[in-house]
Amino acid sequence: MEHVIEMNHITKEFGNFKANDDITLQVRKGEIHALLGENGAGKSTLMSVLFGLYQAEKGEIKIRGKEVKINNPNDANNLGIGMVHQHFKLVHNFTVLESIVLGREVTKNGFLKMDDARKKVIELSERYKFKIDPDAYISDITVGMQQRVEILKMLYCDNEILIFDEPTAVLTPQEIEELLKVMKQLVSEGKSIIFITHKLNEIKEAADRCSVLRKGQYIGTVNVSETTKEEMSEMMVGRKVNLEVDKKDIEPGEPVLEVKNMTIKSKHTHKNVVHDVSFKVRKGEIVCIAGIDGNGQSELVYGITGLMPIDEGNVVLKGKDVTSESIRQRCLDGMAHIPEDRHKHGLVLDYSLEENLVLQSYFKPRFQKNGFLKFGAISEYARYLIEKFDIRSGQGENSVTRGMSGGNQQKAIIARELDRDPDIVIAVQPVRGLDVGAIEYIHKQLVKQRDNGKAVLLVSFELDEVMTLSDRILVMYEGEVVADVKPSEVTVNELGLYMAGTKRGAGSES
Amino acid sequence: MKVKKKVKEENKKLINFSSSVLAIVAGLIIGFLILLFSNPQQALTGFLTILKGGFADGASGIGQMFYVATPIIMTGLSVGFAFKTGLFNIGASGQFTMGAFAAIFVGIKWGWLPGEIHWMVALLAAALLGALWGLVPGILKAFLNVNEVIASIMMNYIGMYLVNMMVVKNIYDQVKNQSMPVIASANLPKAGLDKVLGPNMNIGIFIAILFVIVIYILIEKTTFGYELKACGQNPHASKYAGINAKRNIVLSMSIAGALAGIGGALLYLAGSGKYLQVLDMIAPEGFNGISVALLGLSHPIGILFAGLFIGHITVGGYNLQLYDFVIEVIDIIIAVIIYFGAFALLFKNIIRTFIKKVKEDKSV
Repeated sequence: MEHVIEMNHITKEFGNFKANDDITLQVRKGEIHALLGENGAGKSTLMSVLFGLYQAEKGEIKIRGKEVKINNPNDANNLGIGMVHQHFKLVHNFTVLESIVLGREVTKNGFLKMDDARKKVIELSERYKFKIDPDAYISDITVGMQQRVEILKMLYCDNEILIFDEPTAVLTPQEIEELLKVMKQLVSEGKSIIFITHKLNEIKEAADRCSVLRKGQYIGTVNVSETTKEEMSEMMVGRKVNLEVDKKDIEPGEPVLEVKNMTIKSKHTHKNVVHDVSFKVRKGEIVCIAGIDGNGQSELVYGITGLMPIDEGNVVLKGKDVTSESIRQRCLDGMAHIPEDRHKHGLVLDYSLEENLVLQSYFKPRFQKNGFLKFGAISEYARYLIEKFDIRSGQGENSVTRGMSGGNQQKAIIARELDRDPDIVIAVQPVRGLDVGAIEYIHKQLVKQRDNGKAVLLVSFELDEVMTLSDRILVMYEGEVVADVKPSEVTVNELGLYMAGTKRGAGSES
Repeated sequence: MKVKKKVKEENKKLINFSSSVLAIVAGLIIGFLILLFSNPQQALTGFLTILKGGFADGASGIGQMFYVATPIIMTGLSVGFAFKTGLFNIGASGQFTMGAFAAIFVGIKWGWLPGEIHWMVALLAAALLGALWGLVPGILKAFLNVNEVIASIMMNYIGMYLVNMMVVKNIYDQVKNQSMPVIASANLPKAGLDKVLGPNMNIGIFIAILFVIVIYILIEKTTFGYELKACGQNPHASKYAGINAKRNIVLSMSIAGALAGIGGALLYLAGSGKYLQVLDMIAPEGFNGISVALLGLSHPIGILFAGLFIGHITVGGYNLQLYDFVIEVIDIIIAVIIYFGAFALLFKNIIRTFIKKVKEDKSV
């Protein structure tokens, strides 16, 4: 069968580190070819080589059977290769039409001629049932729509080879379904797709074949229809993975955290980003806040932890109103916070590991005397945490945090927060960007907290995570809690409808 | 593991040190080119004079070097300390001038103080007024989010004109258009040093070194230093950790102001024949402090040596007058060398990439 892309024996090194080690990827014409691997497996590097952002040290690239040299993204475009990046590259104050035409404007006497472009965009949009308004501003349309703009952009340039880099990460289940449909339609028209993902369900549903990478190595290519999800996950991780979480059967106790009628107004638009939200988190309970990124979850957590002032409502911690208390006081009262952005909030990256491990406790008598830090005690404590939580780094407690891997940075934060023995852990996207091993570990730690009778509030955008971990699910849509359900009483599809705002659940007012 | 850490630490120190040295060498080369351009015959002798600096006229030259270095070590500390907190204190000049005025005022008007503590009170007054001049931009930054650079530049002008006005009103020598001399007891003790190292020598340099040590301990060993650095490197994370960033910004700017203010006192309380001139000019010591802080990579010990070096070539620059150079050329050369000193950070990155490249080549 004809291969539209052949990347043979690609090796790409960064210093001593081999990001791609003798990798071969062959994509047939008219197929959806999934590229599966954990974070850091080398997927992005390989695609960057194909897209001309990096030059490989060894190996050859053949497009439609002809060997080519791709030096920059323009070369890639000329060869008909287009890419939808994970983080969209759109101009927010442009209209849809302007965004699509950007870089390929037709001008006459120095004036833009948009008529032909408009016709073509509308035509494409109708063919794929995109229902997109070419005159809407990018800033006004949903993330799903923005992705369609990116796709239209590729189609507008008549690209034949389409790379989708983790396209489903930002979508609701319904939007994902539609996207997969579009992808299938595209390949039926003879285009070829490389589909980068780590979600096995989607591969199973859409892809024809799947190539697996692990730690920069090529593991193999399989026919998706003949391979089970378990087999693929084992190829990806290199061992059997237990993604099921064992939870003790316990009845939730008294409420630890109560949020009462919380409202937060946006500083820019003065709209309510959090609108009249009330809920309780009880002892021995993991409450998940589900929803699509940007529906007020971050602000809600900022409001609870004190990082952002709230406009109305109360936060009650163990029966005590902490609404007007400082961040530190809340922390001393038993609140732990695993923040969404570990680089922004969680760590001082240029501090050593030990300094970061006492970020919430350096002021306690254990670590200081008369204002002087006790370095001995700090190092000793750091070594204890490193051991207990298996934090790996080059130079132990003296490693500069910036140089550590994301998983170990996250472990450091989790060690710091959980070892304080908090009554409630507020974790926002605690496994984002981590590999399966670290995910397993962190999930277990959170469940352990719950089993020990502590409360956990988990904000997650991943429905799988929500369904496996939670005892109760709150769905947030546009700043409001639109559903309060138990995972056993709801399907993923229903959750998707809540997340998209098309359905409102009973009990959302409780 | 321990050994590895030590090696790494030493490597880091070596990179820091060599980057500063490279910056100085680059400055000297350009300085030499300027000398060559303005007077080719005497360029080499002139250049050697600059290099010899304080060592040209024996012990008194060294004393002069210490005297020149003392205030810029203090302003350097001021800038470097604030920088550790993530603040750019460009207002060291204003704080310096305010400190100088406070010291001179106390030195002239408060003769009723016992002789032994007169100079100490003068230093304290300088620290207080300097701190006040740091406090204002600190408060504006912390509570109203006014950029400290803009606020402290404005404070420079306010300080300069205010001091001019106050000097004329209170302690004015009309004939010379400058402040009156201070009472002898307000001058820093000489402790016999003047007999060895020349008339301008006093304990000022030791006071500066004392502050270098104090600031070093404050930054590296205390919880306060830990908080300040955290605020400087990642204000979001320090907020998350419950550190009171506003308080730290205000404190940090006040301490920086006090340091610069003491620098002003140390320059003028020396009985060296230097008086506060009533001129519309912002004190250059404050800006030199920025160069000293950059050259010393904001580390207190680095700042000490950077200050001594700048003092050294400044003295060398004075000596350049012996030869046939236009006086402005001297200023230009000093400025060029200081200017390049500020590139120490740039050289640091260059050295890093260079080392990385060599390593990569080896591994290939």
